[in-house]
Amino acid sequence: MQHTTIEKSIPLMAILTLILVSIGGIVEIVPLFFIKGTIEKVEGMRPYTPLELKGRDIYIREGCYNCHSQMIRPFRDESERYGHYSLAAESMYDHPFQWGSKRTGPDLARIGGKYSNEWHKAHMLKPKNVVPESVMPAYPWLLENTLKADDIEKRMQVLAKVGVPYTEEQIKNAKTDLTAQASANADGSGLTQRYGAKVPKADFDGQPDRITELDALVAYLQMLGTLVDFSSQQATTR
Amino acid sequence: MDQNLARTYDYEVIKKFTIAAVIYAVVGFLVGVILALELTFPELNGNIPYITFGRLRPLHTSAVIFAFGGSVLFATSYYVVQRTCKARLFSDFLSNLTFWGWNLVVVLVVITYPLGLSQGKEYAEPIWPIDLLITVVWVAYFINYVGTLAKRKEPHIYVANWFYLAFIITVAMLHIVNNLAIPVNLTDSYPVFSGVQDAMIQWWYGHNAVGFFLTAAFLGLMYYFVPKQAERPVYSYRLSIVHFWALSFMYIWAGPHHLHYTALPDWASTLGATFSIMLLLPSWGGMINGIMTLSGAWHKLRTDPILRFFIVSLSFYGMSTFEGPMMSIKSVNALSHYTDWTIGHVHSGALGWVAMVSFGAIYHMVPRLWNVPLFSTRLVNVHFWLSTIGVVIYIVAMWISGIMQGLMWRAYDTFGNLSYSFAETVAAMHPYYLIRSIGGVVFLAGALVMVYNVAMTLRSATPATSTQAA
Repeated sequence: MQHTTIEKSIPLMAILTLILVSIGGIVEIVPLFFIKGTIEKVEGMRPYTPLELKGRDIYIREGCYNCHSQMIRPFRDESERYGHYSLAAESMYDHPFQWGSKRTGPDLARIGGKYSNEWHKAHMLKPKNVVPESVMPAYPWLLENTLKADDIEKRMQVLAKVGVPYTEEQIKNAKTDLTAQASANADGSGLTQRYGAKVPKADFDGQPDRITELDALVAYLQMLGTLVDFSSQQATTR
Repeated sequence: MDQNLARTYDYEVIKKFTIAAVIYAVVGFLVGVILALELTFPELNGNIPYITFGRLRPLHTSAVIFAFGGSVLFATSYYVVQRTCKARLFSDFLSNLTFWGWNLVVVLVVITYPLGLSQGKEYAEPIWPIDLLITVVWVAYFINYVGTLAKRKEPHIYVANWFYLAFIITVAMLHIVNNLAIPVNLTDSYPVFSGVQDAMIQWWYGHNAVGFFLTAAFLGLMYYFVPKQAERPVYSYRLSIVHFWALSFMYIWAGPHHLHYTALPDWASTLGATFSIMLLLPSWGGMINGIMTLSGAWHKLRTDPILRFFIVSLSFYGMSTFEGPMMSIKSVNALSHYTDWTIGHVHSGALGWVAMVSFGAIYHMVPRLWNVPLFSTRLVNVHFWLSTIGVVIYIVAMWISGIMQGLMWRAYDTFGNLSYSFAETVAAMHPYYLIRSIGGVVFLAGALVMVYNVAMTLRSATPATSTQAA
């Protein structure tokens, strides 16, 4: 076929273009949904608790991904700095993924449990007080804003629709679980029964009388990268 | 040119988009400078949530790519398609719909991002109602563009239009797939995809926003304005055919190079790297075709600062499309990824290529749209030098800071311990963040010169002169 034929016909030009630009995406994207090894089978992955989910929403709202990655690469320096390289399974319930593309600040994929709740509070109020070199802005409003979670059940229902395995029981008890996780003294038996014994449960922001956005954000940060137990894991194959 | 024919063209919508482009350029660059300064002096946001780096950075990228770049592309594509088809735009209603619709998108973005309403996907931050509005505008754009092509009085579709058409089709596909989400309420939604699949789709989208929004479409622009300004035919028709189809086919594959060594399977990232490296050829095909169009007209560079904008932008295009494939090589990417090197690379493309080729096109169009001579060619030259110097300061600072940070992260001392804490690498960035801010200010100053020059040009345009052109 002469190129003249194509460049005289809009439908031909448009359809050929559409076919050509579709191929690469189809080849690279579609198999990821079908090839079995794409997401490893690991022990310990669970959906976010209601409080962690709200924390993650705040993480996205504040655009943390603009400066922090959540994806450790399999290099010696990264595993020494941040921990075991990230597995695909660890972000399988992340809608959207938050791997990030830039490390103006450090990677956060395994930040959970590395610092105390008090450290996180001090850090969010004024990063320079705990890391003098930091260029991170302060987030004082997180401690002031009461956490709004009226629609938490709706959020979990939507996530269940797109594939996060929330049970009806988890959705029904969302508000109870949220309150229980954010307080040091409340009865957490339901929470641990539904999300496991490892769920961090504390008065994260040091204000026992209220649940703030900081409670949610710190709860989220404190669980990041802690779900998969690598000590009991056989060498993960990729 | 046939004056009667020119009178039938719809220049009004082009004028509006051109003015919008000039304004959004300043807004986008200004927000960029503010962000650069926030990284240099973190207290600068004054603890105001709305202007923290995390909320403002998406505003900067969207303002430059979609508000400024988008307005330039609407303006130039409407200009090019009418002139190369010798036909008026298909529908005045659709033209107006695209203008007001696109600007409504920009306004909504400017309101929602600082409020923290974001999808949390890079370069696709708008919340779902805005995404729907973008889709409506885009469909209108497609119909208007293809409708105009269908009215053409030339049997052949000119090469510039191939690129614009590919851009419109591909961006529609990318936008729809990447933004599939289920709403929670009027502002919030959760994407359908998660984790590794979401990452792959996001960078398939993200890289091809670069590939088709910032490259293919601007090559279309180049294929009209460079030959026009140089008053020479395109260097090689054959080359334009080969590199158009090769570019369209190959660009789509390049996305996974943003995900080297991540939890994305190796086969996908290797495939991405392979196509990224091959992409050098069609990219340089465009650069060569543009630069060689000046064959026999090189002397014009001495007197014509608009042509200088075009040639230097093509040079930056060639440089960044060499740098890109190089950075997609896994061992290079292991160093460059997550650092400022990437930021420098993006800016050599977005400022050096996209912005500068746009400035050239704006200076070319304004006198013809309003039918008056440019207020000052000397100021165009001033703008040219401010832009060039600004970009160079910017990218050199980011090269140094990026490579340095990458090396510091992986440095070991003689005892086998990591040499630097992360905080030490942050402290080492400070001088380069300052230098980068200065580069940004110089580039912004150039844009302000353009605003003045265009404003003074429009002032001299009387209603009589503009209607004559329209």
